[in-house]
Amino acid sequence: MFDKLKKNQFLFEELVKRDFKKKYKRTVLGMLWSILSPLLMLLVMKLVFTQFFGRNTPHYTTYLFAGTLTFSFFSEATSQGMMSLMGNAAIFSKVNVPKYLFLMSKNVQTLINFGLTLGVFFVFCLLDGITFTWKFLLLIYPIVCMVLFNFGIGLILSAMFVFFKDIQYLWTVCTQMLMYMSAIFYNIEMYSEPVQKLFLLNPIYLFVRYIRKIVIDGAVPTIWFHLLMAADVVIAMGIGCWMYKKYNHKFLYYV
Amino acid sequence: MSVLKVNNVSIRYMTGDFKDIGIKEYVLRRIKHNYSVKEFWADRHVTFTLEKGDMLGIIGTNGAGKSTLLKAISGIMEPTEGWIEREGTIAALLELASGFDGDLTVRENTYLRGAMLGYTRQFMDETYDKIIDFAELKEFEDRPFKQLSSGMKSRLAFSIASLVRPDILILDEVLSVGDGAFKKKSEAKMQEIIGSGATTILVSHSLSQVREMCNKVLWLHKGEQIDFGECQAICDRYEAFLNGEFKL
Repeated sequence: MFDKLKKNQFLFEELVKRDFKKKYKRTVLGMLWSILSPLLMLLVMKLVFTQFFGRNTPHYTTYLFAGTLTFSFFSEATSQGMMSLMGNAAIFSKVNVPKYLFLMSKNVQTLINFGLTLGVFFVFCLLDGITFTWKFLLLIYPIVCMVLFNFGIGLILSAMFVFFKDIQYLWTVCTQMLMYMSAIFYNIEMYSEPVQKLFLLNPIYLFVRYIRKIVIDGAVPTIWFHLLMAADVVIAMGIGCWMYKKYNHKFLYYV
Repeated sequence: MSVLKVNNVSIRYMTGDFKDIGIKEYVLRRIKHNYSVKEFWADRHVTFTLEKGDMLGIIGTNGAGKSTLLKAISGIMEPTEGWIEREGTIAALLELASGFDGDLTVRENTYLRGAMLGYTRQFMDETYDKIIDFAELKEFEDRPFKQLSSGMKSRLAFSIASLVRPDILILDEVLSVGDGAFKKKSEAKMQEIIGSGATTILVSHSLSQVREMCNKVLWLHKGEQIDFGECQAICDRYEAFLNGEFKL
């Protein structure tokens, strides 16, 4: 696999450049806009929900931001990743290239977006009176997991999208549901103990929880929490890679 | 020493229900046992071998399975049955003008296409000026690709592709593009590549071109292999068939 990547490095770089240029339309404002949209979402939520949930949640702005940051990375990477394979049908039906390159280049672009927003997040933390500790370095773990998880889900979705075009509408509903189930703006302590456990089944919640634990509580999650997250990543990547392997030569018939 | 071995290759397309129905309909039909796919063999039992330096012409009427066979040989598709053995690098120039991105500039598209064809960045840096000169697009370098005329687009596509020096070269009706002067230039360039000793496979509807250039011919008809072998004899038979002197 690494051999193949090396061989296709030039193509990969050119694809990343293309996606980048198309996304931002070569303007500074284009880049700014992509940070602005999660910020606006944050602002709306802050205005609406502070009354209901903000009272007994310390550092509510940071709490909220950790949620929207994670969630918009996920929803952007997966919904755009879904189109990446089909969008490049004109290329892979004429040249023999590894098909996951298209999704990868799309994900690099969403990762850059995420990086920018993460920078803003840290500024907000500072303004919110959060103390920065060495534990912040551990954030690298959920971020790596998130990147891999999003990539895995992107593999699954982009493969399915080739066969079933209506998956995009279903996915919009799914992400919507996930957003409400990921405790982005509320606190799950209001639920009973068993229900709280159920939240652990949601990978997005795990990512959000991890970031909050480090940033707001200044605590490190348990080893089990780490393993649970890794398991989610392995499952998503496993299914995704399997689908690409199985359907690698079948995509062509459907474009 | 054979460079390319195609052994009993069959390629099946699935057509029918699945294409536009979406996942809800798919699940419903699966439950009701109402789901059906039709098979369609684009190629059936195709077998041939090429030696180094061979020039193969593939002839046949529309829908004979020529393009599908080329896709299988270049590795884009996998044969449903049979196997293909290749020696060395392979380059397929199929439908050149598509696959560009209208929003990118000519320069960016050139690099992207070069990358797709497997060139290295260093190689592109060195030859970029040559490509643009050959395509006669110097003053359009930084314009968005969508502003080019279709003639210019295929000129650029040809100029980039004509740099390949593969062991096996696959051509799908791309021997020459453009108008008068450029047509001459591109034909000469193509001859140069073929002359450099590559094993070439050519799909063409121009029989005189096949007669002139090829030493072997593969005749396909509705996916079936009618004949493979020496060029002139098969071309004569094919011509007789086209004139309606006999039926298959």
